[in-house]
Amino acid sequence: MTFSQRLIAALGALFVCGSALAQKGETVKIAWIDPLSGLMAPVGSNQLKSFQFFAEKFSQNNPAGVKFEVIGLDNKLSPAESLNALKAAMDQGVRYVTQGNGSSVAGALIDAINKHNERNPGKEVVYLNHSAVDPDFTNSKCSYWHFRFDADTSMKMEAMSSFMKDLPEIKKIYLLNQNYSHGQQVAKFAKETIGRKRPDIQFVGEDLHPLAQVRDFAPYIAKIKASGADSVITGNWGSDLALLIKAANEGGFNGKFFTYYTGVTGTPTALGKGGEGRVYQIAYNHYNMGGQMGQWMNEFQTKYKDDFYTGSAIHIFAYLGEAMAKAKSTDPVKVAAAMHGLKLKSFNGEVEMRKLDHQLQQTLYMSVWQKADKKYPYNPENTGMTLVPVKTFEPYISSTPTSCQMKTP
Amino acid sequence: MEFFLISLLNGVSYGLLLFMLSAGLTLIFSMMGVLNFAHASFYMLGAYWGYTLSALWGFVPALILAPLGVGLLGAGFEKWFLRRVHAHGHVPELLITFGLAYVVLEVVQLLWGRSAVPFAPPAWLQGPAFTLIGGGPFTDLHWVWGAASEAACQGTALCSPFPATRAFMMGVALVMVISLWALITHTRVGLVIQAALTHPQAVQTLGHNVPRVFMLVFGVGTGLAALAGVIGGSTFVTEPSMAATVGSVTFVVIVVGGLGSLAGAFGASLLIGTVQTMAVAIDLSLSDLWLALGLPGQASAATSPWMKLTLSQAAPILPYLFLVLMLMVRPRGLMGTREG
Repeated sequence: MTFSQRLIAALGALFVCGSALAQKGETVKIAWIDPLSGLMAPVGSNQLKSFQFFAEKFSQNNPAGVKFEVIGLDNKLSPAESLNALKAAMDQGVRYVTQGNGSSVAGALIDAINKHNERNPGKEVVYLNHSAVDPDFTNSKCSYWHFRFDADTSMKMEAMSSFMKDLPEIKKIYLLNQNYSHGQQVAKFAKETIGRKRPDIQFVGEDLHPLAQVRDFAPYIAKIKASGADSVITGNWGSDLALLIKAANEGGFNGKFFTYYTGVTGTPTALGKGGEGRVYQIAYNHYNMGGQMGQWMNEFQTKYKDDFYTGSAIHIFAYLGEAMAKAKSTDPVKVAAAMHGLKLKSFNGEVEMRKLDHQLQQTLYMSVWQKADKKYPYNPENTGMTLVPVKTFEPYISSTPTSCQMKTP
Repeated sequence: MEFFLISLLNGVSYGLLLFMLSAGLTLIFSMMGVLNFAHASFYMLGAYWGYTLSALWGFVPALILAPLGVGLLGAGFEKWFLRRVHAHGHVPELLITFGLAYVVLEVVQLLWGRSAVPFAPPAWLQGPAFTLIGGGPFTDLHWVWGAASEAACQGTALCSPFPATRAFMMGVALVMVISLWALITHTRVGLVIQAALTHPQAVQTLGHNVPRVFMLVFGVGTGLAALAGVIGGSTFVTEPSMAATVGSVTFVVIVVGGLGSLAGAFGASLLIGTVQTMAVAIDLSLSDLWLALGLPGQASAATSPWMKLTLSQAAPILPYLFLVLMLMVRPRGLMGTREG
């Protein structure tokens, strides 16, 4: 570099620092820590693509004028590997972390980030939880540094049970879930809320199976059929839901499925034409949101030949952009303070990051698996089928109280 | 009853798949005294090659060509690698197969990626092979080929279709058992193999090429694993961790069955397959047993989390519990001949 080049660079730097929007043009690095290997790898790689896609979209246009960069780190769905990944990310100077697959991992990350932030003032890290839905994270284990953009298990169950209570044909329910915090919470809240709203419904069986280990669900299906259940409630996701549904189709189980994650990679293919009209999903989005979201989904589909479903990625970038503009900084401490209680217009109406517990309050949709048509055209994994919304739940319906005693630094 | 039968069929079909895998492993062990740690990797290779070949030429050619290819690879591995380290004793042999397992895993991930590949069974294997019908207008349990009609399954009748892929899995495994048994007991090659198992020097002195017999056994053993891979991969999932999950269970099978015993491996795989499948269906826990027996301290038994653990939750660890018990009570396994 010649002397004159150096001078220009120095002057340029001076100019950038002196402008009113101090954060403008800065690059915000977000470490994405989720599985890219193992049975859940298809889900992880879809979500990494989603984050990269929206990092690009929001870099072009966000109120803070910052650039987003996503760094993908494989955690093999293991809490121990995730802590290594977190360490590696922090060593690179990353101050924002996102994760969502597996509340087992999320719990470990929350603990680690709490400790790190306490011991390293000035180097705080903010944790943006995109899909880990264990209610404990916004109740007994709530943390100021944790922000949840998905709706937690208790909220989804509140909405799901409001829908189920109006279906008189449901008499016997079987609970089949993964044996870790999330699955156990789904079973617990299902019994609690449905017991409250429809005490006549019987729970004829309950099972917990290992997370991302089972390859053959035929024995479980045989058991569900023998129990006489007409509906199954499951919080399973990824291969655990796809293989369950595959076994149900092969084993001739004709009951309803009430799920959290029908739209996630692999499950649409496993469902295929079977399951029409009897597989339901409760979520904060569905395939046929239309508008800007619809355009993005089509663009994502053309670019990656894959389906976009992790809508919380959009919430995360929208919140970061808005909060950084408000804080006039990319410093996680200031951004966290700005996100605390922030309200936004999003694809599912107005959303609010509740001050009490950092749980996003948002609209939820109950949707059902059926043939794609003119009105609901989006066709995931080329199945010719889609998820059609059957009921919309305003934020106040699914909002659940919190026991969080948040310590604000 | 109908539930019991379908669970039994599920268990037996899984057990037979385990046998296809462990047959080769136990043969190789009895012949060379080498525990082939890479055996399940050949199973995985079979599944992936089967996937690639079936996309090119269809499922049946893949079912034949993938095991042949993997068998040749296995034979080559024995000839050029295993035989070289054989002179140095068993530990280097063990280590080289251990290393091979890692190499295969990485190569598979490089070539086919880290996530599952969409290996679907062919159209003629999709849908049910037969359907069990219990209750309803026909009070007795009976069955029909293929799918049952809508009318037959109405009302109180409970229809349980049995997937064709599983029936096919059972069929292939049974054909394999019979031909393997015939090969070993009724042919010249089989006699030489049997003799080489116990007295390799004597067989060598009689003018048989013992190293070639070893290579043949290794090739056939790995080929059988690959056959299981093509069938297992299309029925369940084809992904890079399939070797690790199935590998540990096959070790349990051959230890429980008795190292080196084919009949033992057959019995043990059926046993483990059915027990693991049936256990899922049983919701009894230790505290239930406690109460049923009327033992003292019932209040504490009913609340302890350990005592409340049901058999269905413990199903995945049952094979390993078996392994430990078997080694304690009868170290040579069900039908093993050598002690310790």
